[in-house]
Amino acid sequence: MTKIFETPLYPYTRCADQDAAAPARHKVVVIGAGPIGLALAIDLAQQGVAVTVLDENDKVSWGSRAICFAKRPLEILDRLGCGQRITDKGVVWNLGKVFFDERKVYEFNLLPEGGHKRPAFINLQQYYLEQYLVERALEIGRDTGLLELRGGNKVSAVTPHGDGVELTVETPEGPYRIETDWLVACDGAGSPTRAMLGLDFLGRVFEDNFLIADVVMKADFPTERWFWFDPPFNRGQSALLHRQPDDVWRIDLQLGWDIDREAEKDPARIAPKLKAMLGEDVDYELEWVSIYTFQCRRMEKFRHGRVIFAGDSAHQVSPFGARGANSGLQDTDNLAWKLKLVLDGTAPEALLDSYDAERVFAADENILNSSRSTDFITPKSQASRVFRDAVLELAEHHAFARPLVNSGRLSLPATYDGSPLNGPDCAAMPARSRPGAPASDAPVAGGWLIDRLGNRFQLLTIDVEAPETLVIDGIAVERVALSAGDDPSGALAARYLGEAKSAVYLMRPDQHVAARWEAFDAGEVTKALRIATARGKTRGRG
Amino acid sequence: MSETTKETGLRLAPNIADPDGFYAELIALHEGLPREDSEALNARLVLVLANHVGDREVLRAAFAAARLQGPPTT
Repeated sequence: MTKIFETPLYPYTRCADQDAAAPARHKVVVIGAGPIGLALAIDLAQQGVAVTVLDENDKVSWGSRAICFAKRPLEILDRLGCGQRITDKGVVWNLGKVFFDERKVYEFNLLPEGGHKRPAFINLQQYYLEQYLVERALEIGRDTGLLELRGGNKVSAVTPHGDGVELTVETPEGPYRIETDWLVACDGAGSPTRAMLGLDFLGRVFEDNFLIADVVMKADFPTERWFWFDPPFNRGQSALLHRQPDDVWRIDLQLGWDIDREAEKDPARIAPKLKAMLGEDVDYELEWVSIYTFQCRRMEKFRHGRVIFAGDSAHQVSPFGARGANSGLQDTDNLAWKLKLVLDGTAPEALLDSYDAERVFAADENILNSSRSTDFITPKSQASRVFRDAVLELAEHHAFARPLVNSGRLSLPATYDGSPLNGPDCAAMPARSRPGAPASDAPVAGGWLIDRLGNRFQLLTIDVEAPETLVIDGIAVERVALSAGDDPSGALAARYLGEAKSAVYLMRPDQHVAARWEAFDAGEVTKALRIATARGKTRGRG
Repeated sequence: MSETTKETGLRLAPNIADPDGFYAELIALHEGLPREDSEALNARLVLVLANHVGDREVLRAAFAAARLQGPPTT
């Protein structure tokens, strides 16, 4: 059987730009057709912005790579038109078990809050995510003519000018040049774009190697996340077993720092470890083996004039806690609508500085969480190891120690507290939906709240009269009118009203809250919309 | 009570009844243990006590006191 990652999905074809007398001018060029570049391109095209994606490859990535997708990214993928397919294919899990030495010391249930369309997490190989995004991108390209995906197109030179960027692109038929108003580099942790521009990427190196293996096996392990500290089959190190679709299991074995990387990848060397871990009788096939090290680092700024960085090219975290692809998708969620308004001329370029402010804030949160998990999993000093082991010993006996066990924390979306785009708050309403927060889903009459939000500015009203559409400085704000009668479970009131009797929420196109009030006031909404599009006096940090 | 105590809520004045008895119990806890086991026991003890205290301000003050930082108690 030909695996999906062996199939060219967007093979090189010659394009008109290659025969143009002068370099063609584009609105937005995205470098990299990984999950982040594709998500951004789909988002832009859906909002009516023409976008061209360049990638030196023409296939999805090889091996499972990112495998955990959290609720918020699934909501973003819903908005991009492929969330259902991804969720249907994925494996939903809620139970995690933690082992220390030979004993199970505790288990946890994610116990996801009810009243959400999407589960807390699904497991899915990155190549499926990429396949579905490629297919969605090609579909939008066919339907709208706004999205072009160019395989076998490798960017070899990037020259920023004041009002755009000039690119040299290598192809199997030779190089060509194009210009673009905006360039978004989604070309991964090793970002050639970042290197070509000589930009920084600073942070902390973790001196450790991990063997990652995708194992195909028919085994009766439950659909749970199993994490081992110091197990007999990988003494002094950690291990992880996690289920993916198609009977593929992710196995992650910590190896330590001083190892022979090539020797460790030898299947003959891996076999005894897997037998000891999975049982002598388990038949398995190795689908993919890789050894990785990692760093937690980010660029100082994600926006450099007309060049913007998103995903791993801008920030890199350890894999513990599923914050790589998940945070990259949230970058694109944040960036797409801002680029659109700037290109439309309805918002100033300064709006893109808020992408930098908000996503640097989120990256720091992710790096903090991921560094803490890594320090717990791979203690770097004797005292750190003694306390780590003490926590694990105590966790088996006493509930108090269990919250201290850190084998990776749930990837939760950042609330952009202090963002320059945040408008007025209302103290009577729940903190979870304060300005800067992503919308909390809730069941409403006929479906889910999250499906009624996004892609444009909206006024979410609960038991408040307001105009169906407001046009403020050329930006339309559409009303989503709800009432207590739309709230069968009470979740809407609990998540949006709190102590308030009624509510007006100004929602951003990325489903984040911009401002909120108890009553509608056109002047207040106008002021808040100007703040949310970088044209007003800011309340938060500058 | 020292100023530090008032500000942070950390008790640094004597607070243990029968100090000699307590001290003997603490030492007895470690009796016969190899150094590594003693170290592990101390770590568990720190965690148990820290959870009992709970208050992060008090714990931070305790960290400082253990490092012999801050003004001495009178």
